[in-house]
Parts: sequence; C-alpha cells; structure tokens
Amino acid sequence: MLSDITIGQYFPGRSIIHRLDPRMKIVLTLAFIVMLFLAKSLAALAVGVVFIVAAYVLSRVPLKMILKSLKPVIPIVIFTAILNMFFIEGDPFIIIWKLTISREGVYTAALMVVRIIFLIGGSSLLTYTTSPIMLTDGIERLMSPLKAIKLPVHELAMMMTIALRFIPTLIEETDKIMSAQKARGADMEHGNILQRAKALVPILIPLFVSAFRRADELALAMECRCYRGGSGRTRMKQLKLAPADFIAAAIVAVFIAGVVLVNIFVTPLVVL
Amino acid sequence: MAILKTENLTYTYSPGTPYEHTAVDNVNIEFEKGELVGIIGHTGSGKSTLIQQFNGLLRPTSGTVFVDGQDIWAKNAKIRELRFKVGLVFQYPEYQLFEETVYKDIAFGPKNMGITGDELDARIREAAAFVGLREEHFEKSPFELSGGQKRRVAIAGVLAMRPEILILDEPTAGLDPKGRERILGQIKDYHKQTGGLVLLVSHSMEDIARYATKALVMNDSKIYMYDTVDNVFAHAQELRSMGLSAPQISSVFSLLEQRGLPVSSGIYTVEKAKEEILKLLAKGGEGNAQ
Repeated sequence: MLSDITIGQYFPGRSIIHRLDPRMKIVLTLAFIVMLFLAKSLAALAVGVVFIVAAYVLSRVPLKMILKSLKPVIPIVIFTAILNMFFIEGDPFIIIWKLTISREGVYTAALMVVRIIFLIGGSSLLTYTTSPIMLTDGIERLMSPLKAIKLPVHELAMMMTIALRFIPTLIEETDKIMSAQKARGADMEHGNILQRAKALVPILIPLFVSAFRRADELALAMECRCYRGGSGRTRMKQLKLAPADFIAAAIVAVFIAGVVLVNIFVTPLVVL
Repeated sequence: MAILKTENLTYTYSPGTPYEHTAVDNVNIEFEKGELVGIIGHTGSGKSTLIQQFNGLLRPTSGTVFVDGQDIWAKNAKIRELRFKVGLVFQYPEYQLFEETVYKDIAFGPKNMGITGDELDARIREAAAFVGLREEHFEKSPFELSGGQKRRVAIAGVLAMRPEILILDEPTAGLDPKGRERILGQIKDYHKQTGGLVLLVSHSMEDIARYATKALVMNDSKIYMYDTVDNVFAHAQELRSMGLSAPQISSVFSLLEQRGLPVSSGIYTVEKAKEEILKLLAKGGEGNAQ
C-alpha cells in the first residue's frame, strides 16, 4: 500500500531533454514560469503551451505520467476557477439566481486554469527528465555564488541528496514495521481518529529509532571515507554546458519574445 | 487433521506490470501439530512470502490457506483473530520494539487480544521465562538492552499471545554462536512444552539438522521437498546443486565415504558424527588391516 507513493518522479530516458545540463534545465524551467505569468491573454498563453507540449514530445515521457502529476492539483484548479468566475465583475454572461458570472470572470478563470495546469506540467518535466542526484547537483552549482554570504551550499545539497536517497528505504522500513505490529494484533484500519492516531505510535517510534540508527551509521561510514564537507572536494561528473544547452536557451528566449509580442498585438477578451 | 494447510497457493507481486514476479507458485502443503519444521531455501526462493500468507499479512493471489480447517480468507473469517493464533516473528524483530519498558512491550500483543489483569501478567511472565528474561529486565527500556536481549524481548512479545502456530523468520540472524544456540534451544523447549506447530526459517543447515523434526526445501518459488530431516539431508547432492549446502559434518562424512571408509550415510549432526566415529574406531583395527 505504501509502495504506491512515488517521490522524485524521475522517468529514465536518453532523450535530448534528458541530456540537457541540469543547471540549464532549472534556469529554463524558471524562465518558462516567467513566460506563463507574462502572458496576459489566452493567445499569449498558447505560445507557452506550444513550447511545453513540444518539449514533452521531445522528452518521450508518456502521457499517462504527465496526467498523474496533474491529478493532485485538480482541486486547486477547480477552486481557482470558481472563485474567479464569481468574483470578477463585468459584462454579465450567465445569471443563475442571484449569482452573476461575467464574461471577464470566465476569461480570467480560463487563463488561471491554463496557467496552473501548465505551471505544474512544466515543472514536472524538470523532475521527469532529471534524476534527483543531477537535480541536487545542479542546484548546488547554481547556488554556489551564495557561498560568498556564508551559506553552506554544499552541505544543503548533500542533505537533499541523502534525504532523497533514504525515502525508498524508509518506506520499505515502514512497511516492515507495520507488518510486524499487525502480526502482534495492531489494528490500524478501525476506530475513531484518536484511536487511529494512537495506533501510529507502535509504528512511528521504531521508525524514528531506526532512522537515527541509520543516520549514525551513515555518518560514521562517511567519516571513514574521509568526508569533510564541501571544501576542496572535486567531482567525478563535471557539469559542462554543451551546444544543445545554448540552443535550448535560445529557443526559450524566442518563445518569451513571442509571448511579449502577442501581448502587445492581441488585446485580451477578443478571443472569447 | 492438518493444523495448517495450503491449496494451490500462489502469490504474485505487482501483477499486470513489467515488475510482475511470482514468489510462491502453486504450493500445496500440510503441516501437522507437534512438528518443528525447518524451512530452507536460498534468498528469493519465496520463504518469507510463503510464511506471511500463513497469518494473513499477504492475501494470496490465488489458492487457499486453511488454519484448523478454516479458510482464513472466508467471508466471515476474522483476520485479526487469526494473527493471534498464528504468531509470526519477523526477521530482526527487535526493530519493532516501541514501549517504554520491556514488560509493556511484551504486553502489546496479548493486550490487543483483549486480555487484562492477572491473565495478562501471567502470560507476560510465562513468555519472558521462555526466552530467559529475568524480572530485573521488566522495568528497563527495551532500547537499553543488548542485541540478543532485544531479540528475546521481541520473541516473547509474540509468545505471550500463546499462538497455536509459531513462525519465526531467521530468529538467529546476526547473533553470535552463543546467542543463536540460546534462542534456538528456547524455541525447542517452547515447542516441546506446548506441542504446537513451529515453523523455523533458517539459512543454517546445522540449526535445521539439530533442532527441526522435518524440513521444507523451497526452490524457485516452489516446494522442492518436504520430508523428515534425515530424508532431506540424504539428498545433499541435490541441495548443493540448488545453491544450498548440507550441514558441514555431513559433507565431511560423504568425503569419508568416498575414501572408502565404511561410514553410514545420514549423519548430519556433530553428536551423531561423534558416535559414528567412535563406533568406527572401536572396530578400527580390522578396518586398517584390510
């Protein structure tokens, strides 16, 4: 039952998107988010949509996985849509009893919905095509200027890497402890909220104990291999920007320019 | 009547995905009361999956498990009550300890059964005595104890439920030889006193040879053999081809046999080996003369 949880939803592959430099991918994902927020009309948003759909096609990530990443945001999307529809005043479009939905409301709602969906879809592309290790590596390198203000960038990245590494291990461990307590008659499926919360104690305590034990062992093992933090450490895999990265950056720049142009020449609401 | 029986038992992990894997394949077996069965098989042969179906932690993909003649997944069967009847001690059970004191931790199982008062106290003391825990340990935190002691507390936690069938998954993994012998000896005593069914998963052929009455060999998700310990270890060659070994002493004896010494086969414990060698030495003069 716990094995259904997927965190770090990396989809291994060898596509051009997978092979881009993680730093560039992070920067371009941020640029894509800016692109979405720059767009003032559905027409301008369409430019961004074309971009991300093309990127997904190139990445060969199956459609099923993309839809899965969107599932948790559905409630937020619906909530935003309803709020926007009812609370933006303007030209009445549909009137239900005392509630008025304005033309502007519907338009803004549509804008917001598309924006949220593609915001999630776009950033999911980053995690689908970049392994967690590459991702933390990229983040570490991008944040390295912050070392100047004494931010322990390397240590933060190492913490992220370790945390990601241990998620599956801890899930497995939880599964085992749950089975062991069930074998002793622990009842986790019945009772009111208080009883169920209490039933978690026999699982959480052993889990914490084992997490501390593992942390202890890991720290010792790292020390045995002379780990002393980031200073003076070299890397096995050097990140290097390739021509493809610059081409990708150029393409994103063109699309952002496209969004700006559409913003200038198309006034909102015309589409409706 | 068999106390524990399976019919066409099959368990498949992640069916319908590329990761599909059948861990238990069409297993038919009957266990009688009073046996101490050693379950052997190399890693990944399906032992753990098999035993987790005996107390309803895993629901078979197909096939049936009968405990006391009752289908455990029948419509009106109560799976939680079944788990009190079929006690399962997992590998490294000390990782399941959570209470403040040893006493309270042992009490967890019987308390879940709804037992209270004097009966509860009696069961805890009885279980603790079985595994050789003294009263002075009762008020200690289980986390203060040594590895072997923790293990015994965890086993006591299952014994306190007085299960009719006791299943232990490698109860001696990671213990020193003294600790191993101690725990296995206690399990044997428990088995003798209660006369129930005990299933013991182990990687050590020596342990199986010494303590079990019957042995079940699993290979490639199937039951390869289920017979008395003598008969199973008589197939030492087949066991070896499966990546399992016979007890070391029986290898010594088959080598002796190859050298033409008149030793009897079916020697798999050090005690029996000693007898056999003494017998051989007694008539040794003639043997050498030939």
